[in-house]
Amino acid sequence: MTEPTHVDGNAAAGAFADVLGFDVTTATLTCAGCGRAVAFAESHVYHRAPGIVVRCPGCEHVLARLVQTPTDVRLDLRGAQSWRIPLPAR
Amino acid sequence: MDDGSTSKLHWRVARVVDSEPETDSAQTIGLAVPGWRGHLAGQHIDLKLTAEDGYSAQRSYSLSRPADGERIELTVQQIADGEVSPYLTGVRPGEEIELRGPIGGWFVWRPAEEARILLVAGGSGIVPLMAMLRERVVLGGAEFRLVYSVRSPADVYYARELGQLERDCDWLRVAVVCTRAATPQTARPPGRIGASDLAVPGWTPDDAPRVYVCGPTGFVESVTTKLIGQGHRPSAIRTERFGPSG
Repeated sequence: MTEPTHVDGNAAAGAFADVLGFDVTTATLTCAGCGRAVAFAESHVYHRAPGIVVRCPGCEHVLARLVQTPTDVRLDLRGAQSWRIPLPAR
Repeated sequence: MDDGSTSKLHWRVARVVDSEPETDSAQTIGLAVPGWRGHLAGQHIDLKLTAEDGYSAQRSYSLSRPADGERIELTVQQIADGEVSPYLTGVRPGEEIELRGPIGGWFVWRPAEEARILLVAGGSGIVPLMAMLRERVVLGGAEFRLVYSVRSPADVYYARELGQLERDCDWLRVAVVCTRAATPQTARPPGRIGASDLAVPGWTPDDAPRVYVCGPTGFVESVTTKLIGQGHRPSAIRTERFGPSG
């Protein structure tokens, strides 16, 4: 059996928080491919590449992509229909 | 306490204060981080090494214990052909390292959550789970069970402390599962973690324990499938996977 090459959304949390300014691991994403709602933390993350690819654990549809260049971060979020983000306790 | 959810992350420079061998191939490293304001048990940091030519490599490492003021602690498993871990396991006090954190609000345990907690660790996946146990020693009233899969007894992190905690704390039971070589005293033959290893005496999935599973991706997938097969609710299981790069 070959070892899977993905990890999960926890490993991408730093890179996304750096850009978005909030903790993404507790966000719930609805997959635009299969409609499943998943915690970002439980998504499949492929990050041993120039960019980070976040995939649905149910259907492997791409939920999000993040690429960092020396001057910019490029973010593609169209693979998720929606993001539900819990507000911090006040 | 700052759990990282309200402040923007930024890279900062930490200084190595101590480094001790944890096993033959793992090192526990204490870092002083100016301005560190605490973290939750289970959170991690991103750590960055930059070469003189500007090439940089990043890795995530779980924090192994609650912060002591501005001191945080990691345990790093050396991966022989890794880019970052061979450097980290050789760092000396006084050296400086860039990091950002704390990161993540999902794979965390909060002491106010009174519950039964089942922890399942594969190899160095013990690190964030140990932070939870060390937090529980000080705070909260939860019952903990730990199932800890290692290749051989010599690979157990925090072995003395885990043994002491199990003797001293009536809220903790530890089961070590050896996959390649076991001690002669144990009845269980070496082998991968199985459904029976995950069945906690006296607890059923109906008791609705919160479960935390941390380890290599294949381990986490296998354990999670077995837990769900035993009747654990998927929503009660929180997972953290790591890959082979070090």
